[in-house]
Amino acid sequence: MDRKFAIKDALAENRVFLSRIVTAFILIILLIAGLIVRLAYLQIVGHEHYATLSKDNRIKIAPLPPTRGIIYDRRGRMLAQNVPTYSLELIPEQIKNLDETLGQLQQLLSIPDEKIEQFQKQRKRNKTFTTTPLLQNLSEEDVAKFAVVRPYFPGVDVYVRLVRHYPYGDLASHVVGYVGRINEQELKSLPAAEYRGTDFIGKVGVEKNYESQLHGTAGYEELETNAQARTVNTVATTEPVAGANIYLTLDIDLQKIAYDALGEYNGAAVAIDIKTGGVLVFASRPGFDPNPFVSGISGREYKALQDSSDQPLYNRALRGLYPPGSTIKPFLGLAGLEYGVTDFGHRLFCPGYYRLPNVEHKYRDWKKWGHGMVDMNEAITQSCDVYFYDLALALGIDKIHEFLDGFGFGKRTGIDLVGESDGLLPSKQWKRNNRNQAWFPGETLITGIGQGYMQVTPLQLARAVATLANRGRVVSPHLVEQIINANDTDSIELSPDQVIPLKPQNLDNIIQAMTNVVHGARGTAGKLDKAVGYRIAGKTGTAQVFTIKQEEKYNEDAIDFRMRDHALFIAFAPADDPKIAVAVIAEHGGHGGSVAAPMAGEIIDAYLNPKTDGQHEK
Amino acid sequence: MKNEMRQENFQSPSLIGNVLRKLHFDIPLLLGLLLICTLSFVILYSAGGQEIPLLIRHATRMGLALLLMLVLAQVNPRRFQSFSVLLFSICVLLLLAVMVMGQIGKGAQRWLDLGVFRFQPSEITKISAPMMIAWYLSEHPLPPSAKHVSIAVGLLIVPVLLIAKQPDLGTALLVASSGAAVLFFAGLSWWLMLGAVALLASLTPLLWHFMREYQRNRVLTFINPEADPMGAGYHIIQSKIAIGSGGINGKGWLGSTQAELDFLPESSTDFIFAVYAEEFGLFGCVGLLLLYLLVISRCFYIAVQAQDTYSRLLAGSLAFTFFVYVFVNIGMVIGVLPVVGVPLPMVSYGGTSMVTLMSGFGILMSIHTHRKLLPV
Repeated sequence: MDRKFAIKDALAENRVFLSRIVTAFILIILLIAGLIVRLAYLQIVGHEHYATLSKDNRIKIAPLPPTRGIIYDRRGRMLAQNVPTYSLELIPEQIKNLDETLGQLQQLLSIPDEKIEQFQKQRKRNKTFTTTPLLQNLSEEDVAKFAVVRPYFPGVDVYVRLVRHYPYGDLASHVVGYVGRINEQELKSLPAAEYRGTDFIGKVGVEKNYESQLHGTAGYEELETNAQARTVNTVATTEPVAGANIYLTLDIDLQKIAYDALGEYNGAAVAIDIKTGGVLVFASRPGFDPNPFVSGISGREYKALQDSSDQPLYNRALRGLYPPGSTIKPFLGLAGLEYGVTDFGHRLFCPGYYRLPNVEHKYRDWKKWGHGMVDMNEAITQSCDVYFYDLALALGIDKIHEFLDGFGFGKRTGIDLVGESDGLLPSKQWKRNNRNQAWFPGETLITGIGQGYMQVTPLQLARAVATLANRGRVVSPHLVEQIINANDTDSIELSPDQVIPLKPQNLDNIIQAMTNVVHGARGTAGKLDKAVGYRIAGKTGTAQVFTIKQEEKYNEDAIDFRMRDHALFIAFAPADDPKIAVAVIAEHGGHGGSVAAPMAGEIIDAYLNPKTDGQHEK
Repeated sequence: MKNEMRQENFQSPSLIGNVLRKLHFDIPLLLGLLLICTLSFVILYSAGGQEIPLLIRHATRMGLALLLMLVLAQVNPRRFQSFSVLLFSICVLLLLAVMVMGQIGKGAQRWLDLGVFRFQPSEITKISAPMMIAWYLSEHPLPPSAKHVSIAVGLLIVPVLLIAKQPDLGTALLVASSGAAVLFFAGLSWWLMLGAVALLASLTPLLWHFMREYQRNRVLTFINPEADPMGAGYHIIQSKIAIGSGGINGKGWLGSTQAELDFLPESSTDFIFAVYAEEFGLFGCVGLLLLYLLVISRCFYIAVQAQDTYSRLLAGSLAFTFFVYVFVNIGMVIGVLPVVGVPLPMVSYGGTSMVTLMSGFGILMSIHTHRKLLPV
């Protein structure tokens, strides 16, 4: 282009340039002002918010897990304790060649391959500068072996960790329960702050029910950390508070006697202190060893326990459902007396069967030829079915339901264990709602001898007999007596007793009849009649497992063991001043009097005539 | 008016001042730059984890850059003018070379290995592009006609696209803005500017289409950093925490916990302003911005005082580009602009950008101190 032309316009050019410089400068001032406004917004308005975030960034809270509370029996024997165990742990970051180190350790301590695999899995979840366990429960010998070579293994060390241990094993497993590693589901519902750093949680039993008390309060360290979460400095420490120690009402000696008394039978025995409702015995057989659950039970072991036909994991005392059989008869008799449907002296002829008017079906008595003329005393003592068919019919199912409901049949006792079964106490209402059918009179009859729809748990049965012994004052069974915290002791508050209004005379009569079951000339539990300084009031029961067809005879030897009747026995003693109430169920035991009653007798005897202390201690 | 100016120059009372002028130093600019450089050591000591070797490396680069600045100040601006086309052509060729045989550095092709040392041709382009545009426009009457604007834009777009393809969005942006600044100072019509803005806005979807995944992420992160607090948004969130927690007065020197404990990434390079803001608070930030403004003002003064069109346009552009540097970096650190890799000029650790910046200031000094020798 023409250069002259350009020179001519120099002044105009200069003017435009100057105006553009001024424009640019104003723009720059405005933009810098904009930056300052934004900075002021962050540093004045947002300061508090960002300062908090900065502090959160910097200060990390490291949990200090509390020591779990110990569980004792009523006489201070440890049922669940914390045992220090040696654990070989590695800090991967401090190890130069991890594979080589693992290989050497494996050779030294003969570690199985699966432990190495487990370690590798867990290592990936942990930070490289935290410890990851390789081997737990090291023996003293292994610890010594490692101690010799320890200088050659930087980043590997033996730590002492407290691990839950149950010294009585299967004996009290259904009461105490066990702890196990916290699973993902539990993690969601737990208070996160309290359980950071805690690996174990009560899974069943008292361990689960009293989890919050046993767990204690977590402490924490405020650590200054960098972005890799590596600790730079400890700012402050709040010590953890150990979990509360819990004393149970259970007597482990008595528990052992009961457990042993059940012998080869599967079944359950429950004994209750009538005055307090404290559960003295809560045995379910077979039990299981809870200790493997703590260290992590293998899939194979667990499957074996679950698939076993004996169902060792099943808490029979708490959840087992059985027909009460003849053990219901004293309660039914009392109902008849209280409602005035009959009187204690009322007599009835028992021909060995009972027939409803205009119905062919024969409701049989267990005694084929019948008991002849019996009054209520004899009917209870000899367990005459026909007498109670007749009484049940006279009462009607609704009155039976109403009366037995007061004793806690068909509903949870509210014991401090989770998973309790409801049981079943039928009524017309129940059948309409659940079966959509009308109630048949025949069903009233068999309810009268504790068969049919009715189902009870051993605990319910024990509670009912304790309530009877307590003269209508309802007993609330519970397992925990005291919770001892670091600074105070909580005794368990008992809910105010409900009282079933009963006429003393009726009660005395029934108790007398029950005493005769054991001590009378023709009592079904005559085996227990020994001169031991007290008298037992009891009632035998035999619960039918399957229905025998009409005109067929029940032949014990001819049928499969699994089809045999359950043997039941309920009792309390001393009869004149009741202290202990017991319910025993021996599955497929056959006869209450010969199988279940002696078991109950052993428990009662051990309780009322204790041998020297500690004799049964393990 | 020009006579007065000359007189003023000749009548300087101080002997040292005279010596320095003979050495072609511009005292106010040099003082401003030295102040910022000193501050950079203070911040870098804290942000870099109080490492002395880091400071020594920083000092070495800064010394070399200052030396280059002073050397360039000796060169007559006419030489820059006559050298413009050649330098620009070399830059474009080198950028092409980088594209063809460049090595992979940080996942992007930016470096050219010359055996002895490696350098980024895109950095020189930051200077050579405005030189080229200033030369071209100064050869023609101003304000530029539509034809000349088109040709200038055409010249500019070649290196910008080459750099953007590396991909180095930050540098491409700076090169583009330095060229645009030349056009602006040359008196580009406001209508054309409006048209260009409208065109750019309409091209945004197209641009989005051509962006790389990480570039898109940066834009998305900029719009909503909390969406990905552990990934792409981490920089901005941690940076805002650092700045906000500094408050009005700051946590004091060496008091930055965000950088100290490694929560703030790139705390000694691109995000060094966050450390500074955390330690020195709002007062410190305003102070630093004013210091930058001081330097920019001096550069604008130099541009206004320049005696020929080429020097004027180049000086204005270099001054404005320096501001763009500051604004883009701080804007990104405080979360008002997307994260592009632009360091805080003179403060961030890193050699390349400092050399380029100091070269620019050397040219500015040259323009200012050679005035009297120019024939009118």
